[in-house]
Amino acid sequence: MNPTSAPAGRWTRFRDSYLLYSFKRDVIAQLSLVAFILLLGVAVLAPWLSPTDPYDLTTIDIMASELPPFWIAGSDEAYVLGTDAQGRDLLSTILYGARVSLIIGFGAVALQATLGVCFGLLAGYLGGRVDAFLMRLADIQLSFSTLMVAIVVGALVKAIFGGDTFGAYAVPLLVVIIGLAEWPQYARTVRASVLAEKAKEYVDAARVMGLSSRRIMFRHILPNTLSPIFVISTVQVANAIISEAALSFLGLGMPETQPSLGSLIKSGFDYLQSGSWWITLIPGAVLVMLVLVINLLGDWLRDVLNPRLYKG
Amino acid sequence: MIAFLIKRLFHALLVMFVISVIAFAIQDNLGDPIQQMVGQSVPESERAQLREELGLNDPFLVQYLRFAINAAQLDFGYSYIFNQPTTEVIARHLPATLELVASATFLIILLSVPIGVYSAIKPRAWLSRFFMGVSIVGISIPVFLTAIVLIQIFAIGVSWTPFPADTAWGAWLNDLVTTEGGMPAYGRGDPVHVIGTWYTNFASPRGLLYLVLPAISLASIMLPLFIRLIRAEMLEVLQSDYIKFARAKGLPLSRIYFLHALKNTMLPVITVGGVQIGTLVAYTILTETVFQWPGMGLMFLDAIERSDIPLIVTYLMIVGLIFVITNTVVDLIYGLVNPTVKLTGKPA
Repeated sequence: MNPTSAPAGRWTRFRDSYLLYSFKRDVIAQLSLVAFILLLGVAVLAPWLSPTDPYDLTTIDIMASELPPFWIAGSDEAYVLGTDAQGRDLLSTILYGARVSLIIGFGAVALQATLGVCFGLLAGYLGGRVDAFLMRLADIQLSFSTLMVAIVVGALVKAIFGGDTFGAYAVPLLVVIIGLAEWPQYARTVRASVLAEKAKEYVDAARVMGLSSRRIMFRHILPNTLSPIFVISTVQVANAIISEAALSFLGLGMPETQPSLGSLIKSGFDYLQSGSWWITLIPGAVLVMLVLVINLLGDWLRDVLNPRLYKG
Repeated sequence: MIAFLIKRLFHALLVMFVISVIAFAIQDNLGDPIQQMVGQSVPESERAQLREELGLNDPFLVQYLRFAINAAQLDFGYSYIFNQPTTEVIARHLPATLELVASATFLIILLSVPIGVYSAIKPRAWLSRFFMGVSIVGISIPVFLTAIVLIQIFAIGVSWTPFPADTAWGAWLNDLVTTEGGMPAYGRGDPVHVIGTWYTNFASPRGLLYLVLPAISLASIMLPLFIRLIRAEMLEVLQSDYIKFARAKGLPLSRIYFLHALKNTMLPVITVGGVQIGTLVAYTILTETVFQWPGMGLMFLDAIERSDIPLIVTYLMIVGLIFVITNTVVDLIYGLVNPTVKLTGKPA
């Protein structure tokens, strides 16, 4: 790796890489990537793309509530996907909802990756008591399942702050809740690959040269553990989005005034019995599509990079 | 083995200790029993006296010890909502959740083993590919959404006529995508009384009908995971030397697959599976919310909604206990059936 020729070298390396080669041969991966970029694009551009602003209460017409989507009789062409029970345009709420879901998903993964990578590196490299303590903590947390931890922590945070404050700071709070609940996944994976890397000669060499532990951990070992981190990151984004949807569905997540896909499904569920299935099932379909394409990409990445993932 | 057993039990106790400290901290910081016990009109001096009598001014450690001793005797105080001892409330809701988890587990075992084994034996068959495809879609659907779709299809019904109804094939296809609905999807119906607080849905056909949709929803979240796990483990086992030898020896294939290979496939499945049964308890919260199934999950959410701190604390302790017991039992079973497991020394 020669830093002076890195820009050109990287591009050629990417062009000749097995990653790109297998991507070109895998139709499902290509379709998933296109679908994911599309979903990401419309979510990011939601404020410019969506016909109405669902956060702006003045534009909402309660008389236009529970209108069906365009292919069903009785629809209004101003609302392509119909309206929800409060008369908000469903297409707009879905675009904004996907945006909120993605922000929380990526934010939570960024947090859990930071925590997990640091703890995993420390546990794997230092070993001993640090390792025993951190891994015991991870074991306990994982044995309770991440969803359970997220629900309990979410419930407590909501009880401490009260519903209104919780609603106002729901996005950062959910990022923290889901991030704290799921860091053990990263820590275990990173620790496993650190243990394998630690035994290699380049680490010994670095130590003999007198480099600090921190430098060895972050500059030498970490780059070599990136491929498993990359693989679980995709799956974890999907998991975080599902966790957020689950919390919102239970009323422990985004408030209805600032809905994510999960809280849209929740608010629509009450109207399922009255025949307005689209309020809950269309956001649901979008949620499934989003999670599915991320999972398919993750599956493809795992097959290609094939890291020694921590089993179980 | 004895050393392993003691170590595991010690570990379990340690985890329960941590849980109890967390639970006590919640109770200590969030619940004000005085507020719940007396009305608005009681003067501050009387409140202070009551506080002193109840020992709420004692040091943290003393209060924790009192809490722990009471907890060990299953005394967690009174629920604010139900005005009953919390353990009685839990005992009333526990059977519903356990029956739901048992039915879901039954479905998972019934389906995942044959499908997983089949797709490992014939990895390239179109049916295997189909199962793998379905399972990744299944992983991507959150459990509450599965439940909602099931309710729409089987409880409410779908009337959909995308095909021309005046032709024979069109009418037939329309019939195919239209469902009647009518499946019960709300609560437990009238469960039959067995003993104590245990009412069961297993005793009558009508009761079982109430279980169908919730159990399928709950099973749907774990099923893809188990199918993939069994398939992956089985594929690995089929590569091993002793299977090749069994084949070379001319043993019948069914015997190789279902006796020799399956046995070693199930080892990791037991560990992962045992832990996942604990996870199912978490998913019951979602399933019970959708179906208004009167189990512990629904009760827990209700307790959160109404800030019933003693009930929340009891739920956490009981669920913690369930998790710890399943994990410990699974570890012990694994230690028993797999003699190569490191019984003592540091856990890997």
